[in-house]
Amino acid sequence: MSEITPEIVKEHGLNEEEYQMVLDIMGREPNINELGIFSVMWSEHCSYKSSKKWLKTLPTEAPWVICGPGENAGIIDAGDNDAIIFKMESHNHPSYIEPFQGAATGVGGIMRDVFTMGARPIANLNALRFGVPEHPKTRHLVHGVVEGIGSYGNCMGVPTVGGEVEFDSSYDGNILVNAMCIGLAEADNIFYCAAAGIGNPVVYVGSKTGRDGIHGATMASTEFTADTEDKRPTVQVGDPFTEKLLLEACLELMQTDAIVAIQDMGAAGLTSSSFEMASSGGVGIDMNLDNVPQREENMTPYEMMLSESQERMLMVLKPGKEDMAKAIFEKWELDFAIIGTITDTGRMRLFHKGEMVGDLPISPLADASPEYDRPWVPTPKRDPLKAEDVPAPDNMMDALKTLISTPNGCSKRWVWEQYDHMVMNDTVARPGGDAAIVRIHGTTKGVATTSDVTPRYVFADPVEGGKQAVAETYRNITATGATPKAITDNMNFGNPERPEIMGQFVGACEGISAACIALDYPVVSGNVSLYNETNGQGILPTPTIGGVGLIADVSQSIGMAFTAAGESIILIGETSGHLGCSQYLAEVLDRKDGPPPTVDLALERKHGDFVRSEILAGNITACHDLSDGGLAVTLAEMAMASGLGAEISDASNGLVMHGWLFGEDQARYVAITKDADAFLVAAKSAGVSATKIGEIGGEALNIEHAGTISVSSMQDAHEGWMPEFMAHPDFED
Amino acid sequence: MKACVIVFPASNCDRDMKVALEAATGSAVDMVWHRETDLTGYDLVAVPGGFSYGDYLRCGAMAARSPIMAEVIKHANRGGHVLGVCNGFQILCESGLLPGVLMRNANLKFICKDLELTVERNDTAFTNGYTVGQTITFPAAHHDGNYFANSETLKRVEGEGQVAFRYVNNPNGSADDIAGVYNEAGNVLGLMPHPERSVETLLGGLDGKPMFDSLVKTAAA
Repeated sequence: MSEITPEIVKEHGLNEEEYQMVLDIMGREPNINELGIFSVMWSEHCSYKSSKKWLKTLPTEAPWVICGPGENAGIIDAGDNDAIIFKMESHNHPSYIEPFQGAATGVGGIMRDVFTMGARPIANLNALRFGVPEHPKTRHLVHGVVEGIGSYGNCMGVPTVGGEVEFDSSYDGNILVNAMCIGLAEADNIFYCAAAGIGNPVVYVGSKTGRDGIHGATMASTEFTADTEDKRPTVQVGDPFTEKLLLEACLELMQTDAIVAIQDMGAAGLTSSSFEMASSGGVGIDMNLDNVPQREENMTPYEMMLSESQERMLMVLKPGKEDMAKAIFEKWELDFAIIGTITDTGRMRLFHKGEMVGDLPISPLADASPEYDRPWVPTPKRDPLKAEDVPAPDNMMDALKTLISTPNGCSKRWVWEQYDHMVMNDTVARPGGDAAIVRIHGTTKGVATTSDVTPRYVFADPVEGGKQAVAETYRNITATGATPKAITDNMNFGNPERPEIMGQFVGACEGISAACIALDYPVVSGNVSLYNETNGQGILPTPTIGGVGLIADVSQSIGMAFTAAGESIILIGETSGHLGCSQYLAEVLDRKDGPPPTVDLALERKHGDFVRSEILAGNITACHDLSDGGLAVTLAEMAMASGLGAEISDASNGLVMHGWLFGEDQARYVAITKDADAFLVAAKSAGVSATKIGEIGGEALNIEHAGTISVSSMQDAHEGWMPEFMAHPDFED
Repeated sequence: MKACVIVFPASNCDRDMKVALEAATGSAVDMVWHRETDLTGYDLVAVPGGFSYGDYLRCGAMAARSPIMAEVIKHANRGGHVLGVCNGFQILCESGLLPGVLMRNANLKFICKDLELTVERNDTAFTNGYTVGQTITFPAAHHDGNYFANSETLKRVEGEGQVAFRYVNNPNGSADDIAGVYNEAGNVLGLMPHPERSVETLLGGLDGKPMFDSLVKTAAA
């Protein structure tokens, strides 16, 4: 076996201090297999060494939380023995290198995280961020990522119901692919990863192990450089057909009492799954690598332990259940192999061709991974920007048309029509609205879900931006009538070794924490993706929040489309005309200055509770939250979704018109009601600011003192950009 | 009506079809694994949507060689009803029960949206709840729905009145806007859009319900 030189250590991404820790733990020099295992287990991707300190500060508890962070996914209680299991995870680095497979395996990986706990996946979401449209790679990446997501989710038969697509130059060299999966399990039949039972068999099921994805986790823990393309072989290849079989086989076995523990093989494959199972259970494992099903000949222990081949699971079975379990996997035409035994040694011992090729202590390696308190500096506060100091557009309605037709403001129908969003026949609210709703099969209950973050806000002020991301998911879920219950956070940042980037991370965590506490909306799962930098250029800090809410009766949920002519349009919340960091500023004036809107969390809570109770009382027929582009864009979206126009009166009340129409003040909704008088009385008694601003009617959006635009011309503008952009063949670039 | 749904590896609209059929029939619908070899006693055999065998090789090509398909063909030859939706339509074409083949959508993309269809005939067991020329809406979700038949076959399909539904706005390049076809006897129907996704107002529509009700009524007659 080759000698461990400093070069080999460096290639494995371990610094000198870390290697010294390895030597201390081992009490000797590791062999190459052992070094490889340390390398992936201690990679940023697997160990969270830069982020752990701050992740621990996030609130994770509520009476309805069954399982918070630390397992494969978070779990909340939906009543009647229904448990909702969900998580969002990034697959950024691989998707940039090989967009189709990178995105596809991201979707496959997150679904495995969910069904490994006993849940059938019932909804997928994807938050995607690309470089600017003019960047030569953007179109190719959009094509590949969207097709990859579709190919995997569609084949699995899980509806893809929501997500985001955004373009910004900071993602030119580092796109973000954040995939979220929500599953449904029986609360009394959830599976965890803690191995137990000395002598119990350790079983490998699913696809065979190949040489793909070796060191993927290590790749995801470094910056990109010019030779990143050379890392293509570290991207895994997905097979959704096998995963569909694996899903059905696992769920079938989970209906028996055979499984002690189960863990999917994701990042760092067999290494991390076996170590997590053993360390959670406080046991050891003897593993016979000769029994690992292999796709290629002459695979070494090193390759087998580090392969990230997809669609594989590791299980600990109760003794005597092997034959029954094997029969299920054979029915589904999947590999089933007993590759190890649970021991009381507390050590991972690897055997290959009759020799012991690795012998590592489990808990020091898994639990004592490095934890860094990286130096950080807070992001400097920006000077205030008053609406009256921001130039007005020449024409308000032209500015509105711009905002709904830019790459970031336009319809993303082109994307979500490539995803089967209706399979499973429970999609009550389809993509394109505030939050999607899927019914819990066979009940009236529904799960409302959305993903949101406004990276330009987080960049300008990480704390307020972090709050805003959580608050926007809260509003989107509330606007359907559902109650927000918990979030998953996918923290995408640049290089944490730079204090200003670490400061963004720390600030975002602070904002997210504050919002979760104020809104009673804890974090139950998450993922961190750092080093999203190319040649020193970091991405906008992007803590993507996946929100999940519940509604008891989906027939009470509402959408955002204007409902009927003559109904009243109410603006809920206070408008100061905040234009700092707004879409108006960016898209109409090409400016990115000013602070983001502050988020008054108490107000968010009060307004959210009021809106939700009015929806459930049947007093609101349609609702939409206010976010990018402010009131004007919200009204336009409600009009476009319905084909109906509206007459809006000038309620700017002394504000400059462009501040009133395009300001992005938080904690606001537009609600439609049949009885405006009663509604305003209810708002007043709840202490909620509400103003009737107009009525639905006609075929145009007519705003007093601002202008008129027909709904059909808005629809054309809104739907136009994305198909037009994507229709250009790549080779014309 | 006694109905069953065939399940292939990676069928994924099998449950949706079962739910729709159970709602229409008021009785339990059996799920039949593709390795089974007996379909006696059923009035309707449904071949559901999905990605049987991962759509590898050619959509439906491998499923068409599964043991159960010999029984589906026997069932059809006995005059039993067969409904193939989406991947089920592809499988019925690949097995020779229906004429033509489904190719990749003309735009090479997966398409998931509500589509308007016109009903060509209402004298079959599947469509006696509709009127001829009626426009109905079913959701579609497919990557390979581009119906193709050589000119001779197409002429025969048109001439024999085997076209079941046509797209109002052809989304995928299908010949003659064909969304669904019958076999010559009219007891086997394959179509790309999903009638089983259109049986509940809450989910977007009820236009699929008359198809299932029509089958139940025919079986009872």
